[in-house]
Amino acid sequence: MKIKLIFSGMLVLLSTAMLSAQKQAAPAVDIKKSIESGRAIYMQLCLTCHQKDGGGVPHLNAPLDGATAVVANDKAKLIRIVLKGMSDRIEIDGEYYSNTMTPHSDMKDQQIADVLTFVRNNWTNKASAVSAAEVKAVRGKTK
Amino acid sequence: MKKIFYYLCMLLIITALTSLSACASGPVKPGKTGAVVPDADNAGLKLPAGFGALKVADGLSKPRHIAVSPQGDLFVKLNGKLSAGKGVLRLHDTKGDGKPDETTGFGNYTGTGITIKNGYLYASSDQEVFRYKLNDKGEVIDGSEQKIITGLINRHQHESKSVVLDDAGNIYVNIGAYSNSCQENDRVTGSKGRMPCPILDSAGGIWQFKADKLNQTYGDGVRYATGLRNVVGLDWNKQANKLFVMQHGRDDLHSLFPAFYTDQDNAEKPAETMYALNKGDNAGWPYIYYDPATNKKMLAPEYGGDGKKEGGKDAIDPAIAFPAHMAPNALLFYTGNMFPAKYKNGAFIAFHGSWNRAPLPQEGYFVVFVPFENGKPTGKWEVFADGFAEKGDALTPRNAAHRPTGLAQGPDGSLYVSDDQKGTIYRIIYTGK
Ligand code: HEC
Repeated sequence: MKIKLIFSGMLVLLSTAMLSAQKQAAPAVDIKKSIESGRAIYMQLCLTCHQKDGGGVPHLNAPLDGATAVVANDKAKLIRIVLKGMSDRIEIDGEYYSNTMTPHSDMKDQQIADVLTFVRNNWTNKASAVSAAEVKAVRGKTK
Repeated sequence: MKKIFYYLCMLLIITALTSLSACASGPVKPGKTGAVVPDADNAGLKLPAGFGALKVADGLSKPRHIAVSPQGDLFVKLNGKLSAGKGVLRLHDTKGDGKPDETTGFGNYTGTGITIKNGYLYASSDQEVFRYKLNDKGEVIDGSEQKIITGLINRHQHESKSVVLDDAGNIYVNIGAYSNSCQENDRVTGSKGRMPCPILDSAGGIWQFKADKLNQTYGDGVRYATGLRNVVGLDWNKQANKLFVMQHGRDDLHSLFPAFYTDQDNAEKPAETMYALNKGDNAGWPYIYYDPATNKKMLAPEYGGDGKKEGGKDAIDPAIAFPAHMAPNALLFYTGNMFPAKYKNGAFIAFHGSWNRAPLPQEGYFVVFVPFENGKPTGKWEVFADGFAEKGDALTPRNAAHRPTGLAQGPDGSLYVSDDQKGTIYRIIYTGK
């Protein structure tokens, strides 16, 4: 029953997505493309710290796979982390991490959108895509 | 049938052990250790012929460094959640089978460092060092906690404080640099190095304090050696009467200076280095890194280096260099009588295992041995204990089953290894079989 509901819900979502895609050039259809280019960016800029399994390094670099914040709805927070880096040393899912994350403000809006869409939809993660427009909006407010 | 085989094995092991201790010239034969036998699978470890291993404990809360009292009790410094409010555990074995069955604790702080010397146990948080008086049974005397060092820098990068004593009443503390390479902006691509590096005032070196004076801080101590990015493993070498340390080399050559370094350069060039230190020595961080392939001190790219320029004229050379990023977390000079003669006075090093080698396969996650004579390495290093991680090229820091991080020698000459991934403590013994 539940599964059926979810399934039909997904169908509705998908068809609206496809409809709007036709109208304004395409977010939902492009999520695959975004993930693929995000994967390449991840390999280049994030891999050494967050590792190929997204597991990070215990006590040093936070994991992205299975992390609450990474799949949460607050995409602006993730965008800010990529733009400004992170050395908050706050508790993340019950652990502390003691490395400093590099800021990546020189990345283009689309690249940040792609890499975040990738980390939100790789390994065991599943969450909505991040768009270049969302990155642009956050960048405007983050100085 | 199986049972008979089992008893036969036991008998063999016991005879081996008794004959071994009978011909060993040393006096070491603490009453009960005859009954200590390796686990059937050697606790999952791969060891040289004649050695065996048993699991002493499992599931502890991120055990870091460890120490064994003259009575054979194991003390463990925890760095994860406190265990029933305690940050140091004492594991006591009432039955003498090598499997501790009594756990007590003290100290309400997490941290890394722990060592025992002359009737005192020393343990560290990430900014302080405490000591405790031990009674004649090797138990910590209630209420004997004293804070001997306080106010050390802890900026949550390379924050652990390792400790060791010499034979003249001094304690040495590592204060790691809260930075990768002293860039204006830490780990930002292309960011220049600060000149001179201001971090070296209060970190990036080894500080010497008095072992018995309370509440000392920077002003009471001496910066014994500088230019050391981060040292986790250190030990006092009695033959050379000198402090030896293991430095964690720098990270991210390729991502910070992509014009000069490839992924492979980053994975292989900035060695992990062992230094023999004299008072006043400078090991060169952040201005240089050491290339293990050419045995040269190379100018760091933050300070004008390009992968070819050398540097560090005023910096000492390492006693021996190891492959990059393997993370040496413990150093122990073996002074026991249990292991064969070649091990005497040599160095065991616990390599926690790499992460900064990605995308190349990770390395380390093992304990190595370096033969020494008169305080100098006499040969190549070799892997002594392996099998902690076991994932091949799929190995990542998260999926590694175990990560060696602490070493201690028992009064009978056993070698103990701690793992802060699953909280396992191993005991490696020589059985001659
Ligand atoms: C130099 C190492 C390093 C690099 C490179 C790096 N990170 Fe991080 N990242 C960290 C560390 C360390 C933390 C946690 C920081 C803290 O706790 O203060 C973190 C945290 C995060 C978080 C927050 C996780 C959570 O659960 O709150 C996200 C999202 C993230 N990184 C994404 C990325 C992406 C995407 C890239 C590549 C563009 C990247 N990181 C590159 C080290 C790094």
